[in-house]
Amino acid sequence: MSDTTNNATPETREFVTIMVGDQLCGIDVLKVYDVLGPQKIARVSLASAEVAGLLNLRGKIVTAIDLRRRLGVEDRPEGERGMSVVVERRNELYSLAVDSVGEVLRLPADKFEPNPATLDSTWRQFSEGVYRLEEGVLVVINDDSLLDYGRTPVAA
Amino acid sequence: MDDLLSEFLTETNESLEELDVEVVRLEQEPNDPELLSSIFRLVHTIKGTCGFLGLPRLESVAHSGENILGKFRDGELPVTPEAVTLIFESLDRIKSLLAALQETQTEPDGDDIDLISRLNAMAEGVAPPPAAAAPAVVETAAPEPVAIEEVPAPAPVEAAASEVETAKVSGEPLVNQLGGISMVDASIETLFRHLLKDDELKPYFDGLEMMIFQAKMVEYFTSILGGRDKYTGDIQEEFRPLAEQGLSDPHFDKMVACLQSALSELEIDDALASAVVAVFEGARETLLCKAEMEAKAAAAAAAAAAKNKSDEPDGAQKEAVAVVQSVRVNVDMLENLMTMVSELVLYRNQLLQMVRKYEDSEFSTPLQRLSLITTDLQEGVMKTRMQPIGNAWSKIPRIVRDLSLDLDKKIELEMIGAETELDRQVLEMIKDPLTHMIRNSGDHGIEQPADRLAAGKPETGKIVLNAFHEGGHIIIKIQDDGRGIAIDKVREKAIANELATVAELDAMSSKQIMQFIFKAGFSTAEKVTNVSGRGVGMDVVRTNIEKIGGNVELQSEPGVGSTFVVKIPLTLAIVSALIVESGGERFAVPQLSVDELVRVSDESEHRIEQVNATPVLRLRDTLLPLVDLNEVLGLKKVEKVISDDAVPAPEGEEAAGEETFIVILRSGVSSFGVIVDQVFESEEIVVKPVTPVLREISIFSGNTILGDGSVIMILDPNGIAEAMGEAIQSEAAAVDDDARRAQERAAAERSAILVFKAGTGESRAVPLALVARLEEIEVGTIEENDGVPVVQYRGRLMPLIEVAEGFKRATEGRQQVVVFADGDQSMGLMVDEIVDIVEDRLDIELASARTGVLGTAVIGSKAMDVIDTAYYLEKAFGDWFKTHGNMATNDRPTNKVLLVDDSPFFRNLLTPLLSVAGYEVTAVEGGEAALSLRDAGRDFDVIVSDIEMPGMDGFELANEIRTNGAWTNTPLVALSSFSSRADLEKGRNVGFRDYIVKLDRDALLDSLSHTLATVRGAA
Repeated sequence: MSDTTNNATPETREFVTIMVGDQLCGIDVLKVYDVLGPQKIARVSLASAEVAGLLNLRGKIVTAIDLRRRLGVEDRPEGERGMSVVVERRNELYSLAVDSVGEVLRLPADKFEPNPATLDSTWRQFSEGVYRLEEGVLVVINDDSLLDYGRTPVAA
Repeated sequence: MDDLLSEFLTETNESLEELDVEVVRLEQEPNDPELLSSIFRLVHTIKGTCGFLGLPRLESVAHSGENILGKFRDGELPVTPEAVTLIFESLDRIKSLLAALQETQTEPDGDDIDLISRLNAMAEGVAPPPAAAAPAVVETAAPEPVAIEEVPAPAPVEAAASEVETAKVSGEPLVNQLGGISMVDASIETLFRHLLKDDELKPYFDGLEMMIFQAKMVEYFTSILGGRDKYTGDIQEEFRPLAEQGLSDPHFDKMVACLQSALSELEIDDALASAVVAVFEGARETLLCKAEMEAKAAAAAAAAAAKNKSDEPDGAQKEAVAVVQSVRVNVDMLENLMTMVSELVLYRNQLLQMVRKYEDSEFSTPLQRLSLITTDLQEGVMKTRMQPIGNAWSKIPRIVRDLSLDLDKKIELEMIGAETELDRQVLEMIKDPLTHMIRNSGDHGIEQPADRLAAGKPETGKIVLNAFHEGGHIIIKIQDDGRGIAIDKVREKAIANELATVAELDAMSSKQIMQFIFKAGFSTAEKVTNVSGRGVGMDVVRTNIEKIGGNVELQSEPGVGSTFVVKIPLTLAIVSALIVESGGERFAVPQLSVDELVRVSDESEHRIEQVNATPVLRLRDTLLPLVDLNEVLGLKKVEKVISDDAVPAPEGEEAAGEETFIVILRSGVSSFGVIVDQVFESEEIVVKPVTPVLREISIFSGNTILGDGSVIMILDPNGIAEAMGEAIQSEAAAVDDDARRAQERAAAERSAILVFKAGTGESRAVPLALVARLEEIEVGTIEENDGVPVVQYRGRLMPLIEVAEGFKRATEGRQQVVVFADGDQSMGLMVDEIVDIVEDRLDIELASARTGVLGTAVIGSKAMDVIDTAYYLEKAFGDWFKTHGNMATNDRPTNKVLLVDDSPFFRNLLTPLLSVAGYEVTAVEGGEAALSLRDAGRDFDVIVSDIEMPGMDGFELANEIRTNGAWTNTPLVALSSFSSRADLEKGRNVGFRDYIVKLDRDALLDSLSHTLATVRGAA
């Protein structure tokens, strides 16, 4: 994971920053397929609560995951419309519904720290580690475990 | 993989498929010269290409096959089934070699001596022995007579031949007669000593790695002399260099002579020696690598001929010219194109919808064009994926042929509509199911020739394969004129395999019962053959067909034949679907599984009825289970939006005008109705697989993007049926899983029980089989007669009995009555309420001392009293049973009946019933108890026994009674909760005179008096 980008030197990684609730998170920029504004999402009955539904992204069907629910954060207040980050995993597109999408940050690898022991267990499951920034802690989202519905119980 | 090689593999596989079909045709039309030369050309091309690519094994097999075909063509050899079988065997060998080649890119190790020698023998006009025979026998049975005469044999040829015969007959392999491997070793050692002494042979063998060479010879020789270990090496490896140096027939003759003298030197007895020599003789072809040498010569000659005739293209080249017109395209590429076109179609649809809003837009004309071109493009790409269904059939003539040989049946195959085109993907998926159904028809359907003649049918059975288009689908019919499917066998099997209960089966149409053969583990074939009958098969067929959105049905008429009807979509990528709405969401339902749409309102002829709080739809005499899509999907029903200016309708009126839309779906054999809020138009949709996150929701089979760009889910009828089953089960009772399984096990013993309430408000039960009718009687029509309430019922007076003290007859409205009838006499039991009819075991666990109650049983997980009908019948009219009693008692002494039944309920029910009918009844709970009565010297006139009992069952009991003791002549009547023909047969065989279904009171009484009368009459 550290031997990644073209823009970044081996010592740095680039992240798209997102807000989930009050928490600043980062997704590896290379994993991001697209960033979307509010979308028309078709609900899917019987699906677990974290699956917000399906959306049509230029002819491709994308599964929308509510990141707040997946991470165990309380639901977004009614009426506030968030944004979505589309990531690709094993030829499938997933749209992660978040509160907002911020800038792309280039962060030095030596600032990377493992998950603090106090991190919530749900978060720990989907977090690679953290960066301590001036504006707060950035949690690096592990998209692979996040979207691995085969392994982690869907009705988490 | 090497391009050349992969090209070769593709081409050769195609040629082989063609050959399979043509050789079968050849067997039917052996004198078609054109067919022959076409086959010859195909095999020749295969051989030539193999030689070119340096594939010796393939080449030699093809060569030997070609030899035979050449003889066919020149009329030197008749086209016999044996010869054709052999040709097929060589084609199969070529196929397996090709398969190995495809995997490893080299020819597999090993050799084909066995096959080639049989092919050569056939070409020489000698009937080949069966392939399974030991190599020694193979070789000795096909010696060249000429060669034997040339051998300076000490014994006469006939003697040698007869010796071979005896050797074979005695069954002792030659190697054992010779004295084991050590003697073979000695013989070879001596043989080589002799060989090296011979001046002509010495140059060939001198300088070889003698030890290795001899060891290989010993191994090979032991094997062809019938040794236990099969020779796995390639003896030709060793001899090929020698053959290439010119070792040929004259040398071999000398070697034979050397062996001869070697054997006599070892003092082997003459007869045995000549047998061994004959075997050696038989290996001549192989050892001299004749096939290869000839092939080489032929190839050289062919090459020379080709050079000479280069300006005059031969047949194969002409074909090549014709083939150039087509291009081979990778399938993935086509799939990709298809996906892209599908997306293009989606966008076209979206654009069209947008533009429709604006009249006279400047976009409309170009968009129209774009639309047309898109449609053409879509059709064009679809067409590239389309292949005639005949491609999936190419193997079938061969299969039918092999089947008819294997099973000794005569089967003719007719194929109609081979040119019908369908999507390549569908074609691939349909191949195996088709093959299986054909096998099934051949194996189970078509009878043996003798049976057919006996049934007045032509000796040759016929399987017709017919494909045609029908309304956007392909219908494939597989029809045979065989024995058809015996419905009662299917019933029996369904019961035996616990797939359904007797009651369930009774409610089914024969068509529905027939569909049981598609259930797992089902086979009606009496014995398992290698062809079919293992019961894994038809369910797989159905699953595979349903996987591609198709369905399969079986129609059969006993004695006339069966027909499988397979309905499959033309393509998988685009399906026609009905769009419905439920809970404000839209869903697509594949049109193929929609049987019909029904709109139900108060005025319509169809109505939703409630059975035990479960909604059902009465549709043309059938009751269909209903399920609300909202419930299945956990959605809230969205009330129809009433526009603001409309006056809100008053409550009652709205309810009256309400309409319900029901989509009748078919899943496997069952149909059911799905209640939806709205039905829209049907639309062509592009099916896309669901994301892994949602895959476990079995109710969806895929998703799609509609023309307006919205994403909707595609409903899977099978999934809904499953979900529905679960819903019903979970409602049924809070029965835990174990209990349910136990109930299922006991399903065969279940009976329908009527549950009602009377007087005290407790539930009471009575077996439904004893009940004639349920009636509601106007209270006003009830009269009193002698203090007993009666009612005029069907032209007679029917007494009405109250169930218990404290029962209050209804004073107004209607009175619920349970009617028991016998002949033209009826009795009504007044009850407060009919609660339910449940299927359950009737086990009376607590006997009762109260009159009118047999005891307490747990029914539908509730404990309730089971009423004693006999008591009430007697109460109603004392003479009721007396009429029966008179019949039984008037003119003969009291008959003694022994009743054997493990169920206390039946003992309690039947004992009074038989007693009042004039019999003296002794009831015991099992076979052992019955036998102890016999041993105690008791005597009975007739024995009535249950069949299913723990410990000794009815069959065993009957067997014991018939064979031992004092009761050998006492008539036996069987009593069982289900009766099938096989049971009946079995019962008869062990000595039961009659077989009565439990609870059939009249049949039991009739049978008893009849049985006794016959016995008396005979005595």
